[in-house]
Amino acid sequence: MQSTRNISAKLPLFKALAALLLLASSCLLAQSPTFSSPTNIFAPASTPAKSIFGLSLFVLVITGAIFVVVASLLAYAVVKFRKRKNDDSSEPAQVYGSNQVEIAWTVIPILIVVVLFMATARVIANVQKAAPDNAVHITVIGHQFWWEYQYPGLKVVTANELHVPVGYPTEIKLLSADTDHSFWVPRLAGKTDLIPNHPNVMWIDPQEPGLFLGQCAQYCGTQHAKMLLRVYVEPRTEFDHWIQQQSQPAQSSDTVSEGQRIFEATACVNCHAVAGTPARGRFGPDLTHLMSRHTIAAGIAENNHENLRLWVQDPSRLKPGSLMPAMGLNEHALNALTAYLETLR
Amino acid sequence: MSTDVITLPGAQTTVEMRRPLVDTLHEWVTTVDHKKLGLMYILYALVFLLIGGVEATIMRIQLSAPHKDFVSPQVFNRMFTMHGTTMIFFVAMPLVFGLANYLVPLMIGTRDMAFPRLNAFSFWLSAFGGLLLYFSLIGANGLYGAGNAPDVGWFAYAPLTSHSFSVGHSTDFWTLSLLVSGFGSIGTAINIIVTILCLRCPGMKLGKMPLFVWLNLVMAGLVILAVSPLSAAQIMLSIDRYLGGHFFDTQAGGSAVIWMHFFWIFGHPEVYVLVIPAFAVACEVIPVFSRKAIFGYPVMVAATIAIAFIGMSVWAHHMFTVGMSSNANTFFVLSTMAVAVPTGIKIFNWLATMWGGKIDFKTPMLFCAGFLFQFLLAGLTGIMMSAAPFDWQLGNSYFVVAHFHYVIVGGILFCLFAAFYYWFPKMSGRMYNEPLGKLHFWLFLIGFHLTFDFMHIPGMLGMPRRIYTYEPGRGWDTWNLIVSIGVVFQAAGILVFAANLIWSYFRGKIAGNDPWDAWTLEWTTSSPPPAYNFAAIPSVKSRRPLWDLKHPEDPDWKYE
Repeated sequence: MQSTRNISAKLPLFKALAALLLLASSCLLAQSPTFSSPTNIFAPASTPAKSIFGLSLFVLVITGAIFVVVASLLAYAVVKFRKRKNDDSSEPAQVYGSNQVEIAWTVIPILIVVVLFMATARVIANVQKAAPDNAVHITVIGHQFWWEYQYPGLKVVTANELHVPVGYPTEIKLLSADTDHSFWVPRLAGKTDLIPNHPNVMWIDPQEPGLFLGQCAQYCGTQHAKMLLRVYVEPRTEFDHWIQQQSQPAQSSDTVSEGQRIFEATACVNCHAVAGTPARGRFGPDLTHLMSRHTIAAGIAENNHENLRLWVQDPSRLKPGSLMPAMGLNEHALNALTAYLETLR
Repeated sequence: MSTDVITLPGAQTTVEMRRPLVDTLHEWVTTVDHKKLGLMYILYALVFLLIGGVEATIMRIQLSAPHKDFVSPQVFNRMFTMHGTTMIFFVAMPLVFGLANYLVPLMIGTRDMAFPRLNAFSFWLSAFGGLLLYFSLIGANGLYGAGNAPDVGWFAYAPLTSHSFSVGHSTDFWTLSLLVSGFGSIGTAINIIVTILCLRCPGMKLGKMPLFVWLNLVMAGLVILAVSPLSAAQIMLSIDRYLGGHFFDTQAGGSAVIWMHFFWIFGHPEVYVLVIPAFAVACEVIPVFSRKAIFGYPVMVAATIAIAFIGMSVWAHHMFTVGMSSNANTFFVLSTMAVAVPTGIKIFNWLATMWGGKIDFKTPMLFCAGFLFQFLLAGLTGIMMSAAPFDWQLGNSYFVVAHFHYVIVGGILFCLFAAFYYWFPKMSGRMYNEPLGKLHFWLFLIGFHLTFDFMHIPGMLGMPRRIYTYEPGRGWDTWNLIVSIGVVFQAAGILVFAANLIWSYFRGKIAGNDPWDAWTLEWTTSSPPPAYNFAAIPSVKSRRPLWDLKHPEDPDWKYE
């Protein structure tokens, strides 16, 4: 009887040790490849994201230090001042308080807060400033559930895949056509919301080329989850070439005239625009250069024949809740229409 | 000790008369007794806790792997809306009110709340509010996408709530349920304030009240300040939806941002409405199980008032990503960081209370110890997000979800569990089962940490909240699986808790008046207390009247 009591008395200590081991192993796990991510906020590639990264390290170090100190004190108190089995039933000394220690643990946190506040205020001012004069200007309009990108002055309108030059600042104006959205590409900048009647501005200056991912970060309705962001950062010459190509009207091709006729005779044109044709809808993505995009439906599926056909046939198969209706086309019309779309390069 | 209680005629019948069920029910439905109402609040909240838990489980199954098809996006969106609304308004709030209702009159040595009928009215308003929300499941049938439960998120940002985006009546049920239960909350808050200010027993000056009472007084004040703007906003939203108003209707020039301000001037103080009563529990449990008086009583009161005061000026830190001016952002950084100071003071005072004590780790104290560690961490992640630029990355991500669950589950719920175990003997007259209580603690602790520690990581890796599924290849898969596994342990803990409550209610050892050798007035009366609470109204000379009684050679009033 005596020995079982001993074991059960030690059990909490064992559990505390086990918990510590678990914590240590999870820290080790943090070093493993599972931690890598294309949307890691700790892998910045643009000035705003880098400023935030610097601040976040500073805050993490300070809060980490506070945690270590206070948690150690707590752990010490929990272990040291436990009731022992051989304790008599007397009460410990009653201490009602101490003004000196109260002042100490008021003043020290105030000093820490002042330091943290000043560091934060600096970064706010650095990030929330006007973009440099040589910035590329882009307007992003959030829609349920896709992104519209306009390049004012460059006569380019596209959707879901943003192209910006590397090494140049880009100023992004954020608007919404319907509900709230949020533009978040973690490696380039923090998120900023797109709110109807409340234009916002942010800027980025990506410093390495490549594809940067993100997604809508403000709940905007049924398909909030499938409103993905793709930002292609390219060398200036490639970017200029892309702009030049995107500003052209669509090339018409006689081989797909039937598909074009179906497109222009059905409800497609109410929502979609194809520059150089009568299609001028603005409710859905601009399709003038559809095939220059790698993905469809706001980044959720590769832009290939099967997916495109499936999407036109019934968008809710890929994205239930999408605002694009199924057009109910027969096989022949569906093939012709898909063929037409595939010429929009 | 039990001989001290004088039993009035009719208070306790020695011969158990078997009354018809309908009589018992009638008595409960028509009661104005603060203890019965308190218990009803608590039971009602526990039922909703199970419902909200099921909703969370559905979400975690869906998110355990990328591109999972367990529920449709529409159902998922309803689940997180209902989970958030239920847990805040129909679990946390009624639990807090239930405890205050039950304990405040006992602790200040009075026989009931100041307005017993208002008390009953407030309870039934809150109760019907919850029913109204869930009636949307059958009553809000609408067109496709309109749903049969609200799907606008628990903070229901405009313009998603306008007629254009929320067809059918689900949003109306959400609005009305919060409006109705909000009036109940305001009624209860007024009642608590008046009771505390007017009905204290002889000798109990404000400075001699137990901290539990002080903190609930502050909580009630905050409820009035916080719930009123929410109710106003709900009325405005209803005007928008039915009377052609354009407060939040952006298509007619209304402002989505105004709704955010209205909601968060409620929403942030609401956090303190919930956490201050949790602190109140810790302020009772930690001293009793450390066998020491609370360290720095006046500082604890001052810190609580400071938290409430500063807490009214921090709401827009929920809106750092909305695109406020840099001046506004900077102000809310400062005010938010400032809250950390009084909060830190409280943690240090609890620590100092434990320091040099003889800590008896019964289940209530275990939960309070868990609370201290977890609330420390929750506060520190809060400081991270109070730095606005860091919040531009972390805001609206799973990091935020992890942070506020750390506050609400790791902080508030742990304290509420402590409260259940601590006052269960008083409320039921029987002891709970200690090994089962400890099993509940360890299961829930493991589940909590598996779920909410690891939930921070996908947030830092770019995973936004409120997504019904996610892409593979983002580095989120493993973490989400671990998070979902934690739910199993939490659910097991809750089942053990429920089993313990039910078993102990019928089979537990008789508790006696004062099983914890505690110091406040509720432990002077019988367990459960008679309808009139005290045969004779007590009078007190210090903050710990029972300490004075038990240690006549060294009473508290000599030092206070």
